Amino acid sequence: MISILPNILFSLIFIFAIFYFLRNVKKIYRNINLGIKEDRSDNKKQRWVQMLRIAFGQSKMIDKPIVGILHIVVYIGFLVINIELLEIVVDGFLGTHRVFAPFLGSFYNFLIAFFEFFALLVIISIIFFWSRRNILKIKRFWNTEMKGWPKSDADNILYIEVLLMLLFLTMNGADLWLQNNAYQLNYVTAGSFPVSQFLIPLFENLSVNTVFIIERTAWWLHIIGILFFLNYLYYSKHLHILLAFPNTYFANLNFKGKFSNLKSVTNEVKMMMDPSIDPFSAPVIEEVSKFGASDVFDLSWIQLLNAYTCTECGRCTSECPASQTGKKLSPRKIMMDTRDRLEEVGKNIDKNNGEFKPDGKQLLENHISNEELWACTSCNACVEACPIGIDPLSIIIDMRRYLVMEKSAAPSELNNMMTNIENNGAPWPFNQMDKLNWKNEL
Amino acid sequence: MKKIEIHTFSELLSLGKTPEILFWVGCAGSFDERAKKITKAFANILNQANVSFAVLGSEEGCTGDPAKRAGNEFLFQMQALSNIEILNGYNIKKIVTTCPHCFNTLKNEYPELGGEYEVMHHTQFLKSLLNEGRLKVSRGAFKGKRITFHDPCYLGRANNIYEAPRDVLEKLDVELSEMKSCKQKGLCCGAGGAQMFKDAEPGNQEINIKRTEEALDTKPDIIAAGCPFCNTMLTDGIKNKKREKSVQVLDIAELINQASEL
Repeated sequence: MISILPNILFSLIFIFAIFYFLRNVKKIYRNINLGIKEDRSDNKKQRWVQMLRIAFGQSKMIDKPIVGILHIVVYIGFLVINIELLEIVVDGFLGTHRVFAPFLGSFYNFLIAFFEFFALLVIISIIFFWSRRNILKIKRFWNTEMKGWPKSDADNILYIEVLLMLLFLTMNGADLWLQNNAYQLNYVTAGSFPVSQFLIPLFENLSVNTVFIIERTAWWLHIIGILFFLNYLYYSKHLHILLAFPNTYFANLNFKGKFSNLKSVTNEVKMMMDPSIDPFSAPVIEEVSKFGASDVFDLSWIQLLNAYTCTECGRCTSECPASQTGKKLSPRKIMMDTRDRLEEVGKNIDKNNGEFKPDGKQLLENHISNEELWACTSCNACVEACPIGIDPLSIIIDMRRYLVMEKSAAPSELNNMMTNIENNGAPWPFNQMDKLNWKNEL
Repeated sequence: MKKIEIHTFSELLSLGKTPEILFWVGCAGSFDERAKKITKAFANILNQANVSFAVLGSEEGCTGDPAKRAGNEFLFQMQALSNIEILNGYNIKKIVTTCPHCFNTLKNEYPELGGEYEVMHHTQFLKSLLNEGRLKVSRGAFKGKRITFHDPCYLGRANNIYEAPRDVLEKLDVELSEMKSCKQKGLCCGAGGAQMFKDAEPGNQEINIKRTEEALDTKPDIIAAGCPFCNTMLTDGIKNKKREKSVQVLDIAELINQASEL
């Protein structure tokens, strides 16, 4: 009986981890759906292509070639080592050891060698990433919004990943030693270990029993580490490894210069401009509570998905002209603030039996200031820079809409400009009748 | 040289003529002293190339771009709907404009509101005139001059048009050098998103100065622009750097107008 205890323990840990993860996925899904509905079910083919190109193919990562390639290494490492994970999970449930080996024959050796090779490359890449953050101190990783949790989150991810790779290689190295030395255990011989073979000298003077314990410990810590990491995602910017796929699928397909036309406004403007429409006989238009956005509820689900997808790399902020010239605006902060507020709202809902209880806070003011919003030139550099299709500009514009149309809180110079357009059809105080005067100067 | 004739749509229609193209002048092109020069240069080119065109004159209202980017969707849509009423009233099919902001708004934001037209930026139109041989430039006019082109955000990133202005410049036999950030990564001049009409938020530098510095790094004789607002911002930048004697900021229409064999 005692021999199946580990299998029971494994099953319990595994089921608990998956359950807890799914519970949090459900929360993310619920929170994203707090946003306004927006139809993105069009152009399916084009959307698949976009997702395959940008998320799966990482086409925009290559804009910065060295980090781009290293990121692809880590990404492929993540994908291929997941295949190995499948075996580990089956072994865990059944109490087997290297259960796929007999089925795959020499291809199994190739696979294990391939995983080891990538594990090493991942370690090298992560050392490079860590150095960029902590030794080279690349500016975009040290902006004000990166203080505290965002900074430690970024480092945690790197530490966890290195640890997982080291555990994987230790497990394999110890396994190889056992395959060569533990004749009495009837030990499974399988796999090819081009990297972990170099760990063999570490086990030289140890007993079979000790190495067996090392192998088991590494195996357990590795799989528990992975299950922990899976659950860490919910609290981390690292969610992008999952959400980059839906995010690029649903991302905007139009020209970046095309801003949405508010339908609610169109109806009112048409009514205003056409005297023949009787406002009382006109079809009742769904009551619009508010123009523009002051809180996460006023944003679309796409914008909220964007916020959860953001991995805080800061490419947007480092390309932003306002940010480059010392203004308070940082497009990355807009995304981080949106997620922070959305999570705050989510926790509020959890606490209050599924109903949001007004907390006197909102995204505007409590997180994003007017000064940040008015610094934007709408140049789309942030949108262009994002490697996974996030659109901070649309949030900025929606919040400006709220400031102008609900609060009349535009800077006074902009109010002058708008008054001019209203009165004389140009942003300057010139008479529209003089619009062709330049002709007389020819 | 032909006399420049500018007619409005209503004038030509009353004569029973239907012009092929509407030249959308825009507010800057109509009222701003610097931008008016671009308007006149482009109008001259259209005349010399025998393009059948007209303007709207006093019937042309602001497209609403700065209002929309400032967040005033009401004002934008009022402008849009009244412009569309006039454009559709004249049954206009094709529009050319020298302003990327008007271009973007007319092309991308008017269709949903009932205004569907073929809209071209003047650099695209100039390219087609040159390719069709309707316009000829003497290659000598700017020979050997160093020129750098500043991508307007609303032409480049907003509409993915990077090559047309460069193709036009190449016809001039100039030495085209690119700035550190160009095309998809082009740095904004600082005027977009209604910033043209307000002071910048507190910071450590003005955006137009930063962009001017990037342009000056290429050691240009001429900074070419394709937008009246970028033109103003860069001209101010050059003045700020006290380089107005050695470096000119010129619109592509002005360059072509100066070089055309008319």
